[in-house]
Amino acid sequence: MPTQKFTLQIKLLLQNSLLVVEKYKCRRFVIIVPICFLLFFIESCIKEENTEHKSEKTQFLNVPDSLYLIKANVKMVYIKGGNYKPFFGSNTATVNVKPFLIDERPVTNKEFLEFVKINPQWRKSKIKKIFTDNTYLRDWPSDLELPKNAKPDAPICFVSWYAANTFAKCAGKRLVTLDEWEFVAMADADTFNARNKPSYSNKIVDLYLQKERQYNSVKQTAPNYWGVYNMFDLIWEWTDDFNSVLTTGDSRTGKYDDKNLFCAGSATSATDVMNYAAFMRFGMRSSIKANYTISNLGFRCAKDTL
Amino acid sequence: MKLIIYTALFFFLFSYSCNQHDKHDEKDELVELPSNSIFNLNSKWQNQDGKEIYLRNLQGKVLVVVMIYTSCKTACPILISKMKNIASKLNKDDINNVSLVLVSIDPETDTPEHLKEFSINNAMDKNPWIFLRSNENATQEFANILAMKYKKISPLDFSHSNIITVFNSKGQLVTQEEGDINVDNIVEKVSNTILKDF
Repeated sequence: MPTQKFTLQIKLLLQNSLLVVEKYKCRRFVIIVPICFLLFFIESCIKEENTEHKSEKTQFLNVPDSLYLIKANVKMVYIKGGNYKPFFGSNTATVNVKPFLIDERPVTNKEFLEFVKINPQWRKSKIKKIFTDNTYLRDWPSDLELPKNAKPDAPICFVSWYAANTFAKCAGKRLVTLDEWEFVAMADADTFNARNKPSYSNKIVDLYLQKERQYNSVKQTAPNYWGVYNMFDLIWEWTDDFNSVLTTGDSRTGKYDDKNLFCAGSATSATDVMNYAAFMRFGMRSSIKANYTISNLGFRCAKDTL
Repeated sequence: MKLIIYTALFFFLFSYSCNQHDKHDEKDELVELPSNSIFNLNSKWQNQDGKEIYLRNLQGKVLVVVMIYTSCKTACPILISKMKNIASKLNKDDINNVSLVLVSIDPETDTPEHLKEFSINNAMDKNPWIFLRSNENATQEFANILAMKYKKISPLDFSHSNIITVFNSKGQLVTQEEGDINVDNIVEKVSNTILKDF
């Protein structure tokens, strides 16, 4: 565009100078009129260029990369919510979890591929460094290719919190909050709160100890009380507010060596010291950062009820 | 004679417009953001005057950022006094190249009006002070950028980690101080960053 204008400008210049030469002998105003015209033209050209450039710049500054919606075909399960005792907190404190909808299973490889197909800025080669460490979609051979041998319906892993958060937005949803996730996680196959059963924590820890679980397909095991699949047996999951776990090191006693790190830090300490699986989860959450991508860390989405 | 003058004039104007083009190209390069810049975040924020801005509107100055909530009675006042301390220790030339940014973790309570009032009450209502709030998801995202932890423990109370972060004028993280924040370290880093950037 600028080069076109440029050549046009040169042409006009030449024409007008010829005109000047021809009409040199004529009266002054005959010469002055085209010259004025020419001056005006150049001036306006420069101005135009300037404004064009400015608008380009502001566009860059103010218009965010647009995100495109993706189709979400996963069934969502209604969780009626209620009061529950969070793993961290004082012994008497309960948190009210409002009713919400949760994906019945984690987001899969295939779904994430669809997401990066229509949102190129989240492809492996395009993602901004601020949103990930350097193992984002580590095993993908290229931008739009799942790893060899990867099952399309296995949960997606090696994604940062930012990627998960954006995926959820594009699906018209959000990430599950930590309280929501733990609320659903209280259930076993028969009851919505199985925390007091001795077998509950042990079973989960056993699952956590199995290796390479993340390569299996979703929904191959039995759902829990709510009809939600794969809470423990395949992957760890990002939660919306994973960064709300304010502990450092061993927090079983509720004593903090790093009091200065946290305002009101001692308001949170473990309520159920026998729940070893929960310790593992909260330990995980408190040790990761939002740009981390990990081989067995994926996510699922949730939504407010209307 | 006239012909010569006019031709000279043409060439002058011609070369002038050429120079303009060159300048444009240079500017375009400057606008390119580093991939690890916080200006890549697309969230919308409101400042204490209720004006809607993107983080990238803050580019061009060294940023000293802290996340707080104004109804905090415990650690935030300390953080705020540390920020003021930083402001007072920076020399006058440096101050012009710095924005001191306070980001609310309680967007519900900290409306622009509330932030404005707070800024006036604390004598932080002029440059280089900027107060920001957004929605919860954007706040969460920003806290994650700072690796800052926070949790709402009651409607008016939050637990949160105490971090002051310095970004250079392109929005790249320079340094962070967590916990027992050493103001002098931050002032030194800010001055060094200004030397590099300007």
